Amino acid sequence: MYSFDYQRPGSQADAVRAAQGEARYLAGGQSLVQAMKLRLASPERMVDLGGLAELRGIKQDGANLVIGAMCTHAAVASSAEVRRAIPALAELAEGIGDPMVRNMGTLGGSIANADPAADYPAALVGLGATVQTDRRSIPAEAFFTGLYETALEPGELVISVSFPKPQRAAYSKLRQPASRFALVGVFVCQGANGVRVAVTGAGSSVFRQNAMEDALAKNFAPESLAQVSVPTDNLNGDIHGSATYRAAMIKLMAQKAVASAAARAGEKK
Amino acid sequence: MTKLKMTVNGQQVENDVEPASLLVEFLRGPLGLTGTHVGCDTAQCGACTVLLDGQPVKSCSILALQAQGRSVGTVEGLAAKGQVHALQEAFMATHGLQCGFCTPGMIMAAAGLLARNPKPTEEQIVYALEGNLCRCTGYVNIVAAVQQAASAMAGKQGGAA
Repeated sequence: MYSFDYQRPGSQADAVRAAQGEARYLAGGQSLVQAMKLRLASPERMVDLGGLAELRGIKQDGANLVIGAMCTHAAVASSAEVRRAIPALAELAEGIGDPMVRNMGTLGGSIANADPAADYPAALVGLGATVQTDRRSIPAEAFFTGLYETALEPGELVISVSFPKPQRAAYSKLRQPASRFALVGVFVCQGANGVRVAVTGAGSSVFRQNAMEDALAKNFAPESLAQVSVPTDNLNGDIHGSATYRAAMIKLMAQKAVASAAARAGEKK
Repeated sequence: MTKLKMTVNGQQVENDVEPASLLVEFLRGPLGLTGTHVGCDTAQCGACTVLLDGQPVKSCSILALQAQGRSVGTVEGLAAKGQVHALQEAFMATHGLQCGFCTPGMIMAAAGLLARNPKPTEEQIVYALEGNLCRCTGYVNIVAAVQQAASAMAGKQGGAA
């Protein structure tokens, strides 16, 4: 990897001040460090967020669960608070990558990287979350703007993500067995914002499946999706699966997620 | 160069490092701890697994400076006073390795698991070793090794109590 200037700020304000010019924030580094080794990324300055304990909290805020940007996937997966408030989110985090990736990789790093096959974007869009940065709040749907692209401005720092607690939700993922990324992942949620279905891995960025949402709003059951057709326009096709295959898997994963969410409703008060 | 202070296998270490230096490069180069292997160098094989504050991580995927002020454990730190660790003993006894290249990573991932969960089920062992690839053994004996080590370690604790 190319050499770079390294900063390890002790506060959020210092981090934003340090991120000038061709700078990148370093969260867990599970995508960024590998991208730098391949010279796909070559920042002049790295601002390591590892010293910012203030970005590692998980707390309830009324009807929302707020998770700090530097919380690792392992921390989210094992948090009793997350398990209680949004079990689907803990389960999603538990299925990201492998144990070593989960011990380093973070929520903020994952969403800022916006990998088209990452799991978290489906949860953010599916739950209708809001991304808090050092300067503004961004609704999840406006945050993910394309392939590895987000609404973040240069130097803008993700502080936390606020997830509205759903009535019921679940995530179902068909894993690419070598990379463990989502070949297709579908997050289904029924909550204050109605029914939402968010798909990752199948397109250039996470997207909602409106036809499924309408069908599930009438009857939240897997069989409601049987007659919904999934268009193959703009779906990815590659050696791992054609667009037609991915369309079929979107329906199957959505049905599995609805079944899990419906089964979960019984255990919640 | 940036000053890096951390603990490696219980020893305080202080070195100047290039920011672009990976943790595995720092361990194998300046510290001479070549037990940690670089397999794929692309974060897929887990041969470079070490413990960071007790949790398994891939040392080829993090900068040495990300371990600033933290505690790193490598396979060299397992054997106490020349006595092989229960995991090392079990990998030998059950033929949990053939070429041995992946073994340090397997053992460190397993050590991280057993520290958290001293009596894992087979399913939990498989889940914990999901990020470690072995091209020789077919994994069956690796899982058996972790099971044997878990019971040996439980027996030892029981005996000492």
